[in-house]
Amino acid sequence: MSPRPATRAAPVRSVPKSPTGIQGLDEITGGGLPRGRPTLICGGPGCGKTILSMEFLINGARQFGEPGVFLSFEETVDDLTMNFASLGFDPRPLSARRKLSLDYVRVEPHEILETGAYDLDGLFIRLGHAIDSIGAKRVVLDTIETLFAGLSQTRVLRAELRRLFNWLRTKGVTAIVTGERGEAGMTRHGLEEYITDCVILLDHRVVEQNATRRLRVVKYRGSTHGANESPFFIDESGISVLPIASLGLQHRVGTGRLSTGVRDLDAMLGGKGYFRGSSILVSGSAGTGKTSLAGYFADAACRRGESSLYFAFEESAAQIVRNLRSIGLDLEPWLGKGLLQVHAARPTTSGLEGHLSAMHRLIDEKRPRVVVVDPISNLISVGTSVEVKAMLARLIDFMKVRQMTALFTSLTIDEGHPEGTDIGISSFMDTWLVLRNIEQNGERTRRLNVLKSRGMPHSNQVREFVLTSHGLKLLDVVRDQGHVLVGSERAAYAGDGAVAARSTGRRSPRR
Amino acid sequence: MSATSARRSRKPRKSQATTGFFDLRLYIAGPTARSLAALANLKRICDEHLEGRYRIEVIDLLERPQLARGDQILALPTLVRKLPKPIRKLVGDLSDTERALVGLDLRPRSPGKS
Repeated sequence: MSPRPATRAAPVRSVPKSPTGIQGLDEITGGGLPRGRPTLICGGPGCGKTILSMEFLINGARQFGEPGVFLSFEETVDDLTMNFASLGFDPRPLSARRKLSLDYVRVEPHEILETGAYDLDGLFIRLGHAIDSIGAKRVVLDTIETLFAGLSQTRVLRAELRRLFNWLRTKGVTAIVTGERGEAGMTRHGLEEYITDCVILLDHRVVEQNATRRLRVVKYRGSTHGANESPFFIDESGISVLPIASLGLQHRVGTGRLSTGVRDLDAMLGGKGYFRGSSILVSGSAGTGKTSLAGYFADAACRRGESSLYFAFEESAAQIVRNLRSIGLDLEPWLGKGLLQVHAARPTTSGLEGHLSAMHRLIDEKRPRVVVVDPISNLISVGTSVEVKAMLARLIDFMKVRQMTALFTSLTIDEGHPEGTDIGISSFMDTWLVLRNIEQNGERTRRLNVLKSRGMPHSNQVREFVLTSHGLKLLDVVRDQGHVLVGSERAAYAGDGAVAARSTGRRSPRR
Repeated sequence: MSATSARRSRKPRKSQATTGFFDLRLYIAGPTARSLAALANLKRICDEHLEGRYRIEVIDLLERPQLARGDQILALPTLVRKLPKPIRKLVGDLSDTERALVGLDLRPRSPGKS
């Protein structure tokens, strides 16, 4: 009747699957939920069971040509409609077109009195009628355990639920049955005993005052699946799951290069700058010039006419513009032209999932060629580092696939070990620049070195650099009797006029 | 809570169940043994306690499945007392006459028994 979408094709060795259309979830499950079988989704109150179920139906009706029935035991049809609307989706037109059927099953314990033997045929008939009248391929029962509050004969109820799930299988509908997390088992009434095809556990926990959602596929009969806990978030466009271990590493790799915005730094990177589509980490302690480097990078992109998106987690757009002006960099025109967009936010104002959501959405929407995250380390205050890592991996993958070049700054706390404090993210990075403030002879000087830069010859020197009103300058290395001269020593040495003879043979430094 | 206290305060008085008209609906799924038992039990109770002031409508959901929604039917058989108000739902084949009478407000609820 309806066209079978190509995404439904599953590998031969695996059970057939129904795609959920939920970002990330289909990746973890290798294509969706088991087709024609019930899946149990359990978790505590507010963990996102209902929204996930709804999205499964919405996507089914909209993208996969599969009508769906939502049978709620908790919310009235009006409440359900409102909840659907909160996902930016009005179910009424689909209902009118018979692609979706919402129904509320009210269980009022004080209205019901048991007077003898019974079964749940009423529920079967009701559900069967809803399924048949729209030709439903998907069904959600949310939360069927409510029945236990209304009917006291649990033995009968259990037998009937077993019969119900088997009946759903014979109907060939792909079903989601939600269950409230119980103290002893996965669900309060042990539904996991009856639904063994696929069990997904949702969790909503608060870590250091930040709410974090996790999803885990506990069981998936006849299919491999990711077994890890994956963070997920909910926003107005629905659920996005961020599989930690799903990085395919199959993105296109380009050989194109783009300027760092600093000529001397381009020279250190094989004369051509960063690889397009690569990820760059700029780490350093406070005041080492990370934002300046980020600013130059964004400026260079804008000069090439490429759009750039700047996530500022420390300063407002106005602040960044003002501060960079002091080193001869004016981003204002780019902001005016819309080539540069700054998205400034304090990481503490929303949870990790909020940031993931905002960043993903903005990047997806704006499709910039160049992205700056300044600084990525501020997200540590939001989540634990495992989450930050997962999030970064996901974000980097997302950008790499789209050949976006991304620069991340990272604040290093421990001056002594700049390599150790970067929350284990450096392995995702293709190029790593380390900035340092070094105090010596009563003055502080700035140093820069390329710790790594995959796939290109690069300089191994630790270079002194200065931030002047004309821009960022890397200074030539000056040696005197095996000793590298920096700061005023260098200036004094330059005054001697001996620089040309003893330096590395390049131009004399300007101060 | 309020429902319970209302019920309790009504108990000593003569409920309208003792005089009013009973509009009853019995939901079944086909003429199964259980359906027939429920109907027989219901008729017996009505004849004994409600002579001349009741009406029974039997609804077979296999024939009219769309009607399950209106009265929120889950279990079968279910007897719905439409009148007198409030609506009551009696789930099961009515073989437990005592409970059926209590459910129909034809006998006061005894607090000790549930």
